[in-house]
Amino acid sequence: MNLSDPAIYLSLLVFLPAVAALALALLPRLTDDAFKCITLAVTILVFILSLGLFRQGAGIDFQVGVAEMQNMFQVDWIPTFGIQYFMALDGISFPLIVLTAFLSVLAMGASWPINKHVRAYCILFLLLETGMLGVFMALDFFLFYVFWEVMLLPMYFLIGIWGGPRREYAAIKFFLYTLVGSVLMLIAILMLYFNSDLTRLDAQQLVDAGVVTVSAETAPEAAFQQWVNSEEPLAQRFADITAESDPAQRRQLHTFNILALQQMGQHTDLFEGEAFLGKSLQWWAFILLFIGFVIKVPSVPLHTWLPDAHVEAPTPISMILAGILLKMGGYGIIRICYPICPQAGYDLAYFVCTIGVVSMVYGAFAALAQTDFKRMVAYSSVSHMGYVVLGFGVWSAMADTGYNADYWKMGVNGAMYQMIGHGISSAGMFFMVGVIYDRVHHRDLNMFGGLFAKMPIYSGFAVGIFFAGLGLPGLCGFIGEVFVVLSVWKYSYLLAIISASVVILTAGYILWAIQRVYLGPEYKGPNADALKPITLRELAIAVPLMVGAIVFGIYPNGLLQYMQPSVDRQVDQLAAWTQAYDERETASNPLGGEDGQMAARQQ
Amino acid sequence: MNLHTLVDSLLSDTLETSLPLFRPELALCGTIVLMLLVRVFRCDRLLPPFLLAFAGSVVALWLALPAEGLASWAAISPQEIFTGMLVHDTLSAYVRIFLLAFAVLFVVLTQLTGIADRENGQDFYTLVLGATLGMCIMASANHLLTIFLGIEMASVPSYVLAGIVKGRRRSSEAALKYAIYGAGTAGVMLYGISLLAGVVGSAHLPTIAHELAALDISSMLAPGGDSSTVMVLALGGLMLGVGLAFKLSAVPFHFWCPDVFEGAPAEVNAFLSVASKAAALTLLVRIGFGLGFVHETPHATLATNQPPAAIAQVSTTAQPPTTFAALKAEGIVNESTADQPLSPVRNFFVVLVALMAIVSCTFGNLAAYGQTNIKRMFAYSTIAHAGFMMMAVAAAVALLGRDPSQSQAAIAALLIYITIYLFMNLGAFAVVAFLRNEMQSEEIEDYAGLIRSCPMTAVMMTAILVSLIGLPPLAGFWPKLRVLQSLYEAGGPLMITVLVIAGLNTAISLVYYLRVVKVICIDPEPDTRGPISLGFLPAAYILVVSLPVIIFGILPDKVAQWAEQATMHLF
Repeated sequence: MNLSDPAIYLSLLVFLPAVAALALALLPRLTDDAFKCITLAVTILVFILSLGLFRQGAGIDFQVGVAEMQNMFQVDWIPTFGIQYFMALDGISFPLIVLTAFLSVLAMGASWPINKHVRAYCILFLLLETGMLGVFMALDFFLFYVFWEVMLLPMYFLIGIWGGPRREYAAIKFFLYTLVGSVLMLIAILMLYFNSDLTRLDAQQLVDAGVVTVSAETAPEAAFQQWVNSEEPLAQRFADITAESDPAQRRQLHTFNILALQQMGQHTDLFEGEAFLGKSLQWWAFILLFIGFVIKVPSVPLHTWLPDAHVEAPTPISMILAGILLKMGGYGIIRICYPICPQAGYDLAYFVCTIGVVSMVYGAFAALAQTDFKRMVAYSSVSHMGYVVLGFGVWSAMADTGYNADYWKMGVNGAMYQMIGHGISSAGMFFMVGVIYDRVHHRDLNMFGGLFAKMPIYSGFAVGIFFAGLGLPGLCGFIGEVFVVLSVWKYSYLLAIISASVVILTAGYILWAIQRVYLGPEYKGPNADALKPITLRELAIAVPLMVGAIVFGIYPNGLLQYMQPSVDRQVDQLAAWTQAYDERETASNPLGGEDGQMAARQQ
Repeated sequence: MNLHTLVDSLLSDTLETSLPLFRPELALCGTIVLMLLVRVFRCDRLLPPFLLAFAGSVVALWLALPAEGLASWAAISPQEIFTGMLVHDTLSAYVRIFLLAFAVLFVVLTQLTGIADRENGQDFYTLVLGATLGMCIMASANHLLTIFLGIEMASVPSYVLAGIVKGRRRSSEAALKYAIYGAGTAGVMLYGISLLAGVVGSAHLPTIAHELAALDISSMLAPGGDSSTVMVLALGGLMLGVGLAFKLSAVPFHFWCPDVFEGAPAEVNAFLSVASKAAALTLLVRIGFGLGFVHETPHATLATNQPPAAIAQVSTTAQPPTTFAALKAEGIVNESTADQPLSPVRNFFVVLVALMAIVSCTFGNLAAYGQTNIKRMFAYSTIAHAGFMMMAVAAAVALLGRDPSQSQAAIAALLIYITIYLFMNLGAFAVVAFLRNEMQSEEIEDYAGLIRSCPMTAVMMTAILVSLIGLPPLAGFWPKLRVLQSLYEAGGPLMITVLVIAGLNTAISLVYYLRVVKVICIDPEPDTRGPISLGFLPAAYILVVSLPVIIFGILPDKVAQWAEQATMHLF
């Protein structure tokens, strides 16, 4: 087994948890602690594997400063349906993969208090991890979809069996929301698939899409010629179709390759045909995909599953849910929605930004109103993920700005940074809530107080993490929020002012919560005797989260150096597309934008 | 043409061409006769009916399997046998293998659950194999008479099977209801057949297609045309549809289904929901393709022989065969389908099937919500799935005039669906049957906490239920995907509506399947229930039948290839 082969290394990374889950299912009965230890060991191993990619120059690594996809490999999975097992890493997915592996270790560590059906818990937890890692690596649209769905069932059971009193309701609500979203996504996938055509791409685009592999010395054209003449089934079909000279008889070569679909969305008119109600195909695909992803993010008004799921889920599952699952929605938007359907994204940019701002404001106000500690943290997630949607949406590379993509880059980088930062701070906040819930068995904000006196170390960490969530400078939440808010200024003053003032609301609910829980003279609620100081295990989870929050707060470049090249490249491509699109529109409509329409109407 | 040559050509057609292709069915017939004789001569102690049935179905399956592997299917071209009564092509070969494989698995199941004991074993297996024979005929029917014959041969044993548990009121009620419903629809269907055959002058499907093409329905439908003939044809088609809808338990002819499923034993339900549905769907494809498409070589068998009298009129038809190739050459195919003489027939069929499919799928899923009995719930689930499968047929026929290769893909989707559905429903009903033997209950609430008593069964049942929802990476997802793809490919407002409704139905069906999962996996075990242990063989059977749900979920390419092979040479 050659570990420096990306196909083996990445597959191992994704499927190691699933294989371990199968092994756990077949093992004879062990003690609960043994199962937990094995699972923890597996998650740690996966984390080490993901860290192994940092070794520059090793057999397999993630090269800093490279914007393109790295460690790419593809194998036919279901050739009859044209579905490939196609994975790779780039600066957008790599940080999320490391975050997933990291939080899985911590969440498993936080799972020690779980004593019910431990074996089943461990199996489902590991399956969930496979699904999450797979989503971030898959580059075949179908593979992506399959991984996306793989997570649903483990999550349903993890909430439904190990959750709080209303767990069954919360679990089915989560499942139903996500499934409706994925059905919409499936329809969009079919729309894009049946309108895609690989033969419309040129050599360079095929190389970019990973269809044609090119080595450093050969030119794309040469590699393309070599590929077309090769024995590969796809290449042969490509050659057959391009050999047909009569355009009426020519068939299309459909593909699920996300990168190829991106190229088609940006360089061809394949998705621009009118589909329904005068809107183009990609407009509808964008809407369907966006709804599917925004349910996961979640944004107002599709967020209502989240407070229920969070409140009922056990602490480690809340950590996973807030830390990783929400990020999948954001990841889907940046990886799929915008690059594949740029025209729709351009058209709907203001709509997307508005959704983001509404989520920020609504989530913050809702968080202010909560008396349940966990529910408050859940609504804070809605608010914070609003920054992510807003950051992706600020399409500031318009004619007014001379197609300057700098602020847009800042917004998207900020949104990506916010995803990582929120992954750490929200997981931390849920963990901190879980620690006291394990002791006093209630979460009523109005019945806490004075925890600093009883649990000083814990309270110190908790306050630190909450400040990170608040976006205090020097902690991880700050960078992302400030990038996003700054970038919006160039796009829309109104949205920028609103989004900047959300910071005040955020400070309001977090400081108020800290005041009610940790400050004050003494704890008056039930189970006061149970307020023991933080244990070593809990400390072992709190410390890495706190360290992460501080490191990402004071040394943003540590993360940006991996992320920024890929993000910038994508934004540059979209900005170039915008310019080309506007020029095309002006050319077909000489009086320019709206004036042209007015003139047309007057005639 | 004198009588002598006629008899000669008939004999050679039957003995040399038809019977060798009919060997699997003959094996079934032989087994049935043998089983009855064994009872007459009282040697059933030596030869228990189970062994006979098992051996018979295995032999039939072995005869049905292609000797030189699947690749040899490429050599099978559609061929009419028994003077055009049946057709032998890759589709009938595939469905026959499917039905016989199901028969083998089913016979094993009934032995394990003990439903067919020594006393009524012969009866039971005779009926099962008889119904299977009828289904094989349904799958290869090429003539309105064989369609009727096949449906009745499959139905009549099913009526008895539904009431096989003697002395139970519910069981008898189910059987009676089923029989009365079946008899009623059979009458209506026969009337429809007589109308169709009366107008067209033949009951042979390709001939009907020729005649319909010659009738030029489009001009009849135009203002001032002779619309009365069209009315009669439409009425005949609708009445034929009634019979099929009954077999498919499509809304509004589904009323028998929940009651029969509740009253009949779970094993029989598996038979009705898998084999009977598969045969009925294949028949639907036969009718759709038979009436909506003019074949290039309607009777390849007879090309060398003198055409027998039964179908002699075909060759006298003056109309030159409007083949697809010819149409393509004229460039008509790429244009609107309205230019083709048979497009009104296809449109009628597509609209009818698509509407029924939508209503069945939605109604089945909604009605399943309120059920407390697991068999009743599965009855509605079957109705919904039949609706989903009918969508594939609608898409296939809609694509027929435009792009035959896509039409074949739609049929392949249907074949994948029925194949995967076999494992899902046989597995589910096997679990229900084994649990009934253990705890004498088929109520969903009695399954509470099953995961504690028999984890393996509970996990497998969960996998099956989730697969029935259609979630990847379980097998049930792939056929649904292929059906949706075909619908998208078919295009048009109707098909896109069907696509959206099909997608939403997946979300609707989630809740009731998941409720069973919740009861099994999440609810606490009741104190009153004793320990449940299924025993080694039943557990192994469940595992073997339901493992494909997981395996084909991860590696569906094999099934996809089979289905593709089976549909590649339909035209």
